Amino acid sequence: MSDVVLETKGLVKHFPITQGIVFKTRVGAVRAVDGVDLQLRRGETLGVVGESGCGKSTLAKLLVGLEKPTAGSVQVRNEDMVRLRGGALRRARRHIQMVLQDPYTSLNPRMTVGDIIGEPFEIHPEVTPRKGREKAVQDLLDTVGLDPGHINRYPHQFSGGQRQRIGIARALALKPEIIVCDEPVSALDVSIQAQVINLLESLQDEFGLSYIFIAHDLSVVRHIADRVAVMYLGKVVETGNDEQIYEQPTHPYTQALLSAVPVPDPRLRGRRDQIVLEGDVPSPANPPSGCRFRTRCWKAEDICAEEEPLLQIRESSAHPSACHFARPRDVLHAS
Amino acid sequence: MTDIQAQIDVLPGLDPGAQLLEVNDLHVEFRTRDGVSHAVNGANFRLEPGETLAILGESGCGKSVTAQAIMGILDSPPGYVTRGEVKYRGVDLLQLKEAERRKVRANRIAMIFQDALSALNPVFSVGFQLAELFRKHRGMSRQDAKKRSIELLDQVRIPAARERIGDYPHQFSGGMRQRVMIAMALALDPEILIADEPTTALDVTVQAQIMGLLAELQRERDMGLILITHDMGVVADVADRISVMYAGKVVEEAPVYDIYARPAHPYTKALLSSIPRLDMKGQQLSVIKGLPPALNAIPAGCAFHPRCAYARDQCRQDPPPPAYDVALGRTARCHFWREVIGDE
Repeated sequence: MSDVVLETKGLVKHFPITQGIVFKTRVGAVRAVDGVDLQLRRGETLGVVGESGCGKSTLAKLLVGLEKPTAGSVQVRNEDMVRLRGGALRRARRHIQMVLQDPYTSLNPRMTVGDIIGEPFEIHPEVTPRKGREKAVQDLLDTVGLDPGHINRYPHQFSGGQRQRIGIARALALKPEIIVCDEPVSALDVSIQAQVINLLESLQDEFGLSYIFIAHDLSVVRHIADRVAVMYLGKVVETGNDEQIYEQPTHPYTQALLSAVPVPDPRLRGRRDQIVLEGDVPSPANPPSGCRFRTRCWKAEDICAEEEPLLQIRESSAHPSACHFARPRDVLHAS
Repeated sequence: MTDIQAQIDVLPGLDPGAQLLEVNDLHVEFRTRDGVSHAVNGANFRLEPGETLAILGESGCGKSVTAQAIMGILDSPPGYVTRGEVKYRGVDLLQLKEAERRKVRANRIAMIFQDALSALNPVFSVGFQLAELFRKHRGMSRQDAKKRSIELLDQVRIPAARERIGDYPHQFSGGMRQRVMIAMALALDPEILIADEPTTALDVTVQAQIMGLLAELQRERDMGLILITHDMGVVADVADRISVMYAGKVVEEAPVYDIYARPAHPYTKALLSSIPRLDMKGQQLSVIKGLPPALNAIPAGCAFHPRCAYARDQCRQDPPPPAYDVALGRTARCHFWREVIGDE
């Protein structure tokens, strides 16, 4: 398809575990991301959800090239970012930018807002000539709803929500096609969250951006995403459009995750299907054989330990689901 | 065990028939070099046995400081309780001497914190920290205390409690640490448990486990629970009543069903319509314009007026709106609550 702007194939990232101080020997690996295939189309928002430690932030870093994958490819506009070197890589990176989670630590406290937002132009001077940069930065501030007159202020003079807007302006500076948002609103208060979500949505309409929206808050993802990928222990266990994932989830992990999210409506109390998972997520250094979710799954049988279920469309699942016993179950609404 | 129990019961003025907990007109301020910050400006609420009261608000609204003032663990200086009373069974805790207050803490009113890793002592095993409670407050022997600690860890469903009693906090996962902290809070059978954002740092599936555990333990013991949180979903799931705080004041107090169905304060209403919902798609998220006020410069009149869609001249002037009675057991600090709730 021609309108695919980003595609990953078999993306893997293993972090080595070493032992010894002088002679380091490799004793294992943390399988943070273990074979992820994603597709992002133009103008689309792909939500990636999962709990802490499932590899979603590592995935974000792989996509923008902050980490080198152990295996696999990241195609941005039909160029393999993993293979590119030097000037070609730098030019390709222009098209994929990132908004980071914590607006308190992701902005250099010693740089003015103008310098922060203008820094991408230093690296990619072809985007805006030196003369027009101040004007460009002011326009960006205006675009994200900040006062262009504040160009010489420092990050500490802004509130959390405003800082996140600065981070968004920085990501927009190079007019990218794709923005990877790694938990962009989770550090913000609810009333501020809505402002930032609305801003991201209106920017998407205005500039035709494609988003990878990584978050642990399933309600926020439902609001903003067109398609959703659910991750567990480094793998995508289920993908589909919003309707399929939220109304007809077929993977037990997705069902458990959704049923655990409280809905702000007391009338639903005790009337929703509650699935409480036992135990904790296993260590990604030593994931279970076969299906990685089987240690916490109520449907697990012998086959789950022996054979890894592939992420594919199944008889009882109209969208790709990595479960041998995939079956839709409504966990959101009162039963 | 019993003699210490007896000592607590002779707290002067303790009346077992009185209200479990009553907070009246509580004021807390922080005196800093940059001026005085008014963190709590007249908080009022009451708590019954077996009841769950949620204190809902955004960061900086004074909800945690209120909890610290009730527990008597406010950092002082710079924090001072300047007015008000915190009555536990008729005894004003704020008037007690520190030694008497210490007997109330953990024995009668216990607290769990958001970040279990920093709330637990990293250099002692969890078994030691639990046993310490029994030894100091109940005068138990080491052996008995250890036995009780294992029982407690069992109750909060820590697998293989007997083997894990010698482990240190960093050896537990986030959810397990929160369980240890719950065990610690419940060790001395308190009548009131204050939970300050108990699940904010946890994943949703673990959050569901912990909230379920808390609800069960509360039922067993008929304990009053004060749940401090910013998560409107969690509140809808577990609370009986809600106090919404803004700029150090309880702006609305109501039973949980009423507040979600028909909020009476513009702030509550705006909060509810600004959260995305899991079970709906495509709703327009309304935005509360502006920011919460700085606590050293709270606006005159109603503190919410600069962000409020209903604000009129009356709102911008002192005195601030009183707590109007909206219905039985329901108040709102808004001059125009009738309009907000949709009666007019």
